[in-house]
Amino acid sequence: MTFQEISDKLKENFKDSILEVKIVSPADSSVKVTSNNWRDIARFLRDDPSLKFDYLMCLSGVDYGKGVLGTVYNIYSMTHKHRVNIKIEVNSDNPEIPTVSDIWPTANWHEREVYDMFGIKFIGHPDLRRILMPDDWEGHPLRKDYQVAEFYRGIKVQY
Amino acid sequence: MGLLDKKFSDANILITTTEEILNWSRLSSMWPMQFGLACCAIEMMATGASHYDLDRFGIFFRATPRQADVMIVAGTVTIKMASRIRTLYDQMAEPRYVLSMGSCATCGGPYWEHGYHVLKGVDRVIPVDVYVPGCPPRPEALLEGIIKLQEKIRSEKLTKKSEK
Repeated sequence: MTFQEISDKLKENFKDSILEVKIVSPADSSVKVTSNNWRDIARFLRDDPSLKFDYLMCLSGVDYGKGVLGTVYNIYSMTHKHRVNIKIEVNSDNPEIPTVSDIWPTANWHEREVYDMFGIKFIGHPDLRRILMPDDWEGHPLRKDYQVAEFYRGIKVQY
Repeated sequence: MGLLDKKFSDANILITTTEEILNWSRLSSMWPMQFGLACCAIEMMATGASHYDLDRFGIFFRATPRQADVMIVAGTVTIKMASRIRTLYDQMAEPRYVLSMGSCATCGGPYWEHGYHVLKGVDRVIPVDVYVPGCPPRPEALLEGIIKLQEKIRSEKLTKKSEK
């Protein structure tokens, strides 16, 4: 299916949850969805026989600035050889997105990394701990407003 | 066997000082800990392989700090790794030496400004004997560092200062 057909199918089934469909080029096209319905959309994308998105290629976090955080899901269908990018934006005051780690198990560690770097909480994740930074690290380093602490366990951090 | 075989008519005695023989034996068999952190470790492995051949210095990598004399810190030390490095250093038996290989281990390297996760120099957690610059240093540079460390060991004073 082309991106147009995929996005039309999503609009048919989840009219209220599709915020924006953006086509820049065949490789750079995305569907922006709301976070509260994301699990249903994800399960539909994976299970619908004509979509069959069985492979979560990548899950990234983004800080758009001005208090907007987000995640990007690059998903692919091994069966139909088509792909789609899904974007979700949340407010940085209370960044919460439902997990998809039970739908695509790949998401488990990816969501932990996004949590570690951006502080987005994935609701329903089975084990949401930091994955790269030490457990007692303060702050989320890839946020635009992140300030490095002066000391970590008595070791001077800055040059 | 070898050059000296059958050259002496009788059992002989060599005279030297304790300091010299101990230093000589220490510098001739520095066993480093088998421990690499980043791309510098690739150069360290290349130094150990047949082209540059660390074995000719009596250097054999050991898989445990308990059997090691030298720690070659080859690569970027993250802050998460710093406490592990300190533990490994503490597990080494004395006398122990540390060779900081490459810019990252020496001062943070390319991560000195924005690397929130990088320790800006391994000398913030353990004492360092020799610094080898480079990013990464070529095997020749590492060998130079090892020879410098040997010089340092050769000039060490082990005896109590004579009371006059």
